Amino acid sequence: MANVFFTAHLKSVAPDGAIVVDGHNVAEALRHVFGRYPMLRGYVLDDQDRLRLHIAVFVDGEHVRKNMLDHPLRPDSELYIMQALSGG
Amino acid sequence: MAERLYIASRKGLMTYEQTGNVWRHVATAFLGSPVSMVLVSPDHRTLFAALNFGHFGTKLHRSTDGGTTWTELQAPQFPKQDGGEKDEKAPAVNAIWAMEWADPAKPGTLWIGTAPAALFHSADNGDTWTLNEGLWNLPTRKKWFGGGTVDTALHSICVDPRDAKRVAVAVSCGGVTLTEDGGKTWTVAGQGLRAEFMPPDKQFDPDIQDAHLMVQCPADPKVYWIQHHNGIFRSTDDLKSWHEITTAPVSKFGFAVAVHPQDPSTAWFAPAQKDEHRYPVDGKIVVQRTRDGGETFDVLRAGLPQENAFDLIYRHGLVVDRTGQRLAMGSTTGAVWTSDNGGEAWSLLSAHLPPVYALRFV
Repeated sequence: MANVFFTAHLKSVAPDGAIVVDGHNVAEALRHVFGRYPMLRGYVLDDQDRLRLHIAVFVDGEHVRKNMLDHPLRPDSELYIMQALSGG
Repeated sequence: MAERLYIASRKGLMTYEQTGNVWRHVATAFLGSPVSMVLVSPDHRTLFAALNFGHFGTKLHRSTDGGTTWTELQAPQFPKQDGGEKDEKAPAVNAIWAMEWADPAKPGTLWIGTAPAALFHSADNGDTWTLNEGLWNLPTRKKWFGGGTVDTALHSICVDPRDAKRVAVAVSCGGVTLTEDGGKTWTVAGQGLRAEFMPPDKQFDPDIQDAHLMVQCPADPKVYWIQHHNGIFRSTDDLKSWHEITTAPVSKFGFAVAVHPQDPSTAWFAPAQKDEHRYPVDGKIVVQRTRDGGETFDVLRAGLPQENAFDLIYRHGLVVDRTGQRLAMGSTTGAVWTSDNGGEAWSLLSAHLPPVYALRFV
C-alpha cells in the first residue's frame, strides 16, 4: 500500500488529500488511483500513457527524474504527483 | 435573439452580448485557464470549450445550459500504440485548434482538428471521439511538417453546406485535403498553392503548403479563400485549383481571413509585417477588404490604432457574422474591436483582455 498525494492544482479531478492504494511501482499505484478517479488520468498521462512532460514525481522524499513510472514503491511509501515549475 | 460574441483567450472564455449598439460582458468561464477554441450552437444552449493546459494537457468541456454549468468530457486522444509508453514519437494530442459541427441535419455530430494535425469525429455530442483513420493514414501526410509550432496543426474544417459528407481541411504545413464521402477517403486539393519558403522545385508541392486559415463561402460554397504563409489564395472551382492574389496593398502576410456569408467576392484579412517579425505594418492596425474577388482591396483603418501598435491577429481572431455586416477582431495583446458596417469603422470593445485565440459570433 502506498499513500498518494496530488498537487492542489488537480483538486477538481483528484482525490482530496491522500489516497491509499496498492502498487509495487509508480505506474501500478497510479493505475489504481485512475480506476477510482478516471478523469485524472489524462491530466497525469498522455495518449500513450507517458507521464506528461511537466509532471514532477517524488517518492519518499526523493525527486525521481528518470524512469519515473517504473520507480519502485515500498508498502509504506509516500508518492507525490506535483506540477513541475516549467512549461505551462 | 441578441447577437453574442464568444472570446476564447489565454485566461478564459468571455461572452459579450450586443444590445443596440452596445456590447456588454455577460459571462466569463474557465477564468485563468487558456481556452484555445470554442463552438456554440445556434440557440446558444450547447457550448464546447477546448482548454490547453501547459502542464496537464488538452481538455474538453461541454455546457448544455448556455454556459451556466460545464462538464468535462474525455478529450480526443490518439489510439494507444503497442509500446507507445516507451516511444517518444508515438502521437499525443497537444492542442485542439479547430471545432465545427459535422452535419446540421445530425445534431451532436462534431469534428475536431488538433496538433499534431489530425481530425477527430464525435457522433454523440462529444462524449466519445474517434480518430479519422483515412486522413491519418493518407500517404502524403508523411510530408507534412510544423509551421509556427513544432507540431503540424489542423486548424481549418470546412463542412460543405450542400453536402456534409464533403469536408475540406487545411493544415500547417500540409496544404488542403478533401473528402467527399464523410471522411472515408481523402484527396489532396491544393493545386496552385505556392510556398516561398521551399526550394524552387518544391514551391508548388501541394502537400507542404502553409495554409494559415481556409474559409468557404456559405452561399457560394464552390468558393474558398486561404490566408497562406506567403500570400492570399482563392479557389472558385470547388477546390480543383487555387490562384494567388497579389494585389493586397499592405501585406500579403497574416493569419486570418473571413469571407462574406452571401458574397463570395468579399473577404477580410488582417495583414502583418512578414514573416520573421510579425507585427502590424508601420505599427498601424488595418483590415484589408476585397469586394471583387481580390482584384482590388480597401484598407480599412477607421477606429483602429494608427501608431505604435503591436497587436497581431491570430488565425481564428477575425470573424464575420451571418449578415456579413458585423465583424469582430481580437489581438495577441488583448484588444477586441467590432464593426457593424462591414469593417468601414471599428469600435474598441476592450483593450485589456487576455491574448485572444479565437472568436465566434452566434
